[in-house]
Amino acid sequence: MLDISSHDIVLVGGGGAGLRAAIAISEANPKLSVAVVSKVYPMRSHTVAAEGGAAGVHLEDDSLDDHAYDTISGGDWLCDQDAVEAFVKEAPQELMRLEHWGCPWSREPDGRVAVRPFGGMKKTRTWFAADKTGFHMLHTLFQTSLKYDAVVRYDEFYATRLLVDDGRAQGVVALELTTGKVQAITAKAVILCTGGCGKIFRFTTNASIKTGDGMALAYRAGAPLKDMEFVQYHPTGLPFTGILITEAARAEGGYLLNKDGYRYLQDYNLGTPEPKPVLRTMELGPRDRLSQAFVKEQEKGRTVEGPYGAVVNLDLRHLGEKTINTKLPFVRELCLKYENIDPITQLIPVRPVVHYMMGGVHTDINGATPLAGLYAAGETACVSINGANRLGSNSLSELLVFGARAGRAAADYASGQKAPGRALLAQALDEEARLQTQFLRKTGGRESIAELREEMQKIMEQCAGIYRTHESLAGASGKLQELQERFKDIRMDDRGHLFNTELISALELSCMLEVAETMAESALRRTESRGAHQRTDYPARDDKNFLAHSLAYRDAEGRPRVEYAPVTITRWPPAERVYGK
Amino acid sequence: MANRITIEVTRYDPAQDEKPRFDSFEVPLRKEWVVLDALNYIKDHLDGSLTFRWSCRMGVCGSCGMTVNGVPKLTCATFLSDYAPGPVRVEPMKNFPVLKDLVVDTSDFLVKLEKSKPWIIRKVEKPLDEEYFQTPEQLEAYKQYSMCINCMLCYAACPVYGLDPLFIGPAAIALAQRYNMDSRDEGASERMDILSQHDGIWGCTFVGECTQVCPKHVDPAGAIQQYKLTATMEWVKALVLPRGSE
Amino acid sequence: MINPTEYLPKSYHPRVSTYWWLTRWVYLKFILREASSVFVAWTVILTLLQIRALAAGPARYAEFQDWLRSPLLLVLNAVSLFFVVFHAVTWFNLAPKAMVVRVGGRRLPNLAISAPNFAAWAVLSAAIAWILMRG
Repeated sequence: MLDISSHDIVLVGGGGAGLRAAIAISEANPKLSVAVVSKVYPMRSHTVAAEGGAAGVHLEDDSLDDHAYDTISGGDWLCDQDAVEAFVKEAPQELMRLEHWGCPWSREPDGRVAVRPFGGMKKTRTWFAADKTGFHMLHTLFQTSLKYDAVVRYDEFYATRLLVDDGRAQGVVALELTTGKVQAITAKAVILCTGGCGKIFRFTTNASIKTGDGMALAYRAGAPLKDMEFVQYHPTGLPFTGILITEAARAEGGYLLNKDGYRYLQDYNLGTPEPKPVLRTMELGPRDRLSQAFVKEQEKGRTVEGPYGAVVNLDLRHLGEKTINTKLPFVRELCLKYENIDPITQLIPVRPVVHYMMGGVHTDINGATPLAGLYAAGETACVSINGANRLGSNSLSELLVFGARAGRAAADYASGQKAPGRALLAQALDEEARLQTQFLRKTGGRESIAELREEMQKIMEQCAGIYRTHESLAGASGKLQELQERFKDIRMDDRGHLFNTELISALELSCMLEVAETMAESALRRTESRGAHQRTDYPARDDKNFLAHSLAYRDAEGRPRVEYAPVTITRWPPAERVYGK
Repeated sequence: MANRITIEVTRYDPAQDEKPRFDSFEVPLRKEWVVLDALNYIKDHLDGSLTFRWSCRMGVCGSCGMTVNGVPKLTCATFLSDYAPGPVRVEPMKNFPVLKDLVVDTSDFLVKLEKSKPWIIRKVEKPLDEEYFQTPEQLEAYKQYSMCINCMLCYAACPVYGLDPLFIGPAAIALAQRYNMDSRDEGASERMDILSQHDGIWGCTFVGECTQVCPKHVDPAGAIQQYKLTATMEWVKALVLPRGSE
Repeated sequence: MINPTEYLPKSYHPRVSTYWWLTRWVYLKFILREASSVFVAWTVILTLLQIRALAAGPARYAEFQDWLRSPLLLVLNAVSLFFVVFHAVTWFNLAPKAMVVRVGGRRLPNLAISAPNFAAWAVLSAAIAWILMRG
C-alpha cells in the first residue's frame, strides 16, 4: 500500500549531521517543511557512541592554520584544502552554538569550555563532554530540534530508494516499519546523513545500523562514491565486542604496551616515549600509523595472544582514580561491564578495529553531490576533509559544520525549485512492487541472510584490512560478486508486513554488498600506499599518479567503475608526514 | 558451566495472534555473551522472524530494553551467564503496547518529552562569539540528569505509568529538571506550568523503581521529588507574596 | 491485489493485573509503605481521642485506659506500631532523594542526609520516654 506525503526537503538519517541540517534549514527559512526519515528513533543514531571529543580551535596559542595543517598532514594530503579551511574556520562557531543549545561540555574551574589533546593534533583543541561527547551532542541536537515545528519526523522509516526525475533528486521511497506501508516522500531536495558502513566488516566499533544505506542510495541513483578504499581502523577496541576505548584514554596519558610491557610505538617512527603525553607523538600519533604499528608488532610476535586474537595492552593505571573517574568514566564503565577489568588497577586488552569511513558520497564544499538536488553530510559524505586518514575528534565537528552547510545549501536550492512532478508516483509504485516480488512474496530461497553477511564480513576483513595486496583485493572483488549472485536466492522466514526486521536486514545487506564492492575496486585500482590504504605490493605514496580522489560510479551491470578527480591544494603542498618530532 | 541455555521469548505477530505466547530456544551459553547476543543467535540461525530492536551493543543507544526474568533490563548489558542454568525469560518492556514479539511502541514518550520543553530557553541569547561560563560545580548540578539515554526502562518499571498512561513519566521529568538545573537556562517557570499539572510530578507516588532500574544512574525518582519540593515552594511563595513573586 | 487490512497498525495492549503489586517484592514494599499511612492516621486519631478523654476528667480517662487494654486494641496498636516504624524508616531513607544538599560543590552522601533524621527521631523518642518514665 502506498502513501504519499510532500515536503520541501527530505533528510535521510536523524543522527548528528541530519539533525544539524534540519535545524539549519529551519533557521535559514522557517517556512520550509523538513522531513527527517530515520530507520531508528533519532536519539538511537550512532553519533551517540562517539566518545572522545570534537575538534575546534579554542585556545590563545592555537590557530586555524595549525588545525588545517594537522588535518591535511593527518589525511596524507588527500584532503581538499579549501574544504579543510572552511571546516577549521566554522568548527569553533558550531561547537559554540552547541554550547548555547545546552551541550554539557566539560569545563575549566573558571567556567570556560575545557579542551583536551587528541591524536595527530599539534595543539590542544578537542572539546569534550567527559568521554560521552557524541552522546551529549546527539541528545542536545535532538532535544533542540524538538522546538522547530517545521521539522516532521518519520521515525522508524527505512528509505529504500531515491526518487529521481528530470535529473534531479526529488524525494525518497521509505518503508514504515510499524505498518510495512511504503511511503513516497517527495521533496525539492534530499540530504543523505545516514552515517558510515562499518558493519561491512566483522570486527567493528560500529552499531548494527551502520550499513551504508545512504551511500548505496546515492550510488544506485548515479552519484559517485569517493575515496572508498580508505577505511579507518581505530587502534584501541576491546576484543570480541569491538567496543571502542576512546583515544581520549591516550590523550589523558595512557600507554600502549606490547607483551613485554614496552611502549612499542617508539619503534615505528612515532617519537620517543615521555612519561607525559606529547602532542603528535607516540600514543598521540594518528590512527592509521598506530593500527599499522600493531600489525607489525604482531608479525614480530610481540603482541599478547588472547582468546579473540592478538591484543596489546592499554595502560591507564598511572593516571590515577580521580582522572579516570572524571575524564574517562565511560571507559571504566565499559571495561568493568564487558571485560570485568578495572582500568585503575589493570591493563586493558585492545586491538585495531574498523571504526570510520573516510570515503563516502562525493560532495562539494556545500554538501552538494553531482546529482542535482541531492546533498550529503557526515560520515555518509566525502567532502573531503579527512583525506586518506581522519584525525580523531574531527568527525564530530565535521558533522556539525557540513550538516549545517548542506542544510543551508539545500534550503537555498529548494526555494528555487518547483513542486515535484507526477512521474515520481510511478517510480514509487515500481519500488513497492520490487519489495514485494524480491522479498515478501518470493517463494523458495536457500541462502541465509546472516550467512551471506558473515561471509562478506570475513572477505572484507581478510582482503581489505589494514594491509592489502593486489591478490587479496582482486579475490575480494570476485567473491563479493558471487555473494551478489547468491543474494538473489535468499530465504525469508518473515513475510509479514508489520515490523519486519528481517526484510530490513536483507535490504541492508544488499546495500553493504554494493558498497563493499566499491571499496574493493577502489582499493584495487589505487596502486600506492597512503594513509589508511596500505598496499604491501606498493608501499610508497605516489603523488604523481594518485594525488587524486577515486570516484566509483555504478555501471550498467551494477559494477563499480573507478575514475579520478584532482585534489584541491591551496596553501599546503604535499610533503612527508612527520610525527614524533 | 553448562554449554547451552534455554531462552523463552515472547512471540506476538499482530497479523495472526490475539495475544502473546512464548517460544523456547536453546542457545549456546558463552561467558562473554549478553542476552542480546542470544537473541541475535536465534534470529541469525534459528528463526529469522524473531523481532527486536538493537543497535550499539554498548549500553548507550537505548534501543534494546526488554524484561528479563521479570526485571526491566538493557539486554546488551545483561549477561546470559548470570541466569545460568536457566531458563531465561525475555519479554517486551511492560506498560507499553506490544507491536511485535519484543518490540513495543514508545512513541508516547516522544510526545511527552517534547511537551516538557527539553531545550535551553532564554529571554535574550548571547551572540555566538561569547560562551556561557559554567563552572564544574554548575555542570555537576544537572549532569546526572543529562545522562538519560531514553531507554524507557524507567517507564517499564513505573506502576503509576502502567495504571495511568497519561502520567508524563520519570525520564521526561528528569530531562525537564536537567534543563531547569542548567545555569544557562531560564525556562524553569515555563516548564513548571506543564509539569505541575495533575499528570505531571504529582502523579508520582514515589515507588522509586525508576531509579533502581536506570542503567545510567540518572535517578529520575530523585528528580521528581526535588521538583515537587520546588513546586511547593513556588506555590507557598505565590501564596505569601501574591504580587511580589515574578 | 493488496489487502489493505494487512497494513493496519495493530498492537497488543497488556492490561495491568489488579495484583501487579504482588509480582515483585519492591512493589509489595511500596504498597505496604502506602498502606502504612492508614495506621499513621489511626495513631493520630487515637492520640486525639486520648486528649479528649483526658480533658473530660479522671473518670473518663480511666475508662479510656481500660478500653486501651482490650485485646483487640492491643493487637491493633501493636500492628500500628510496626507500620508507623516502617513508615518512618522508609520515609527517612527516601529523604536524601528529595533533598540535595551541596557542600563545596559536592553532593552530600545519602547517609549524611538520612542520619540526622534518624538521630533526631532517636533523641526525641528518648526525651519523651524519659518524661514518661520519670513520672
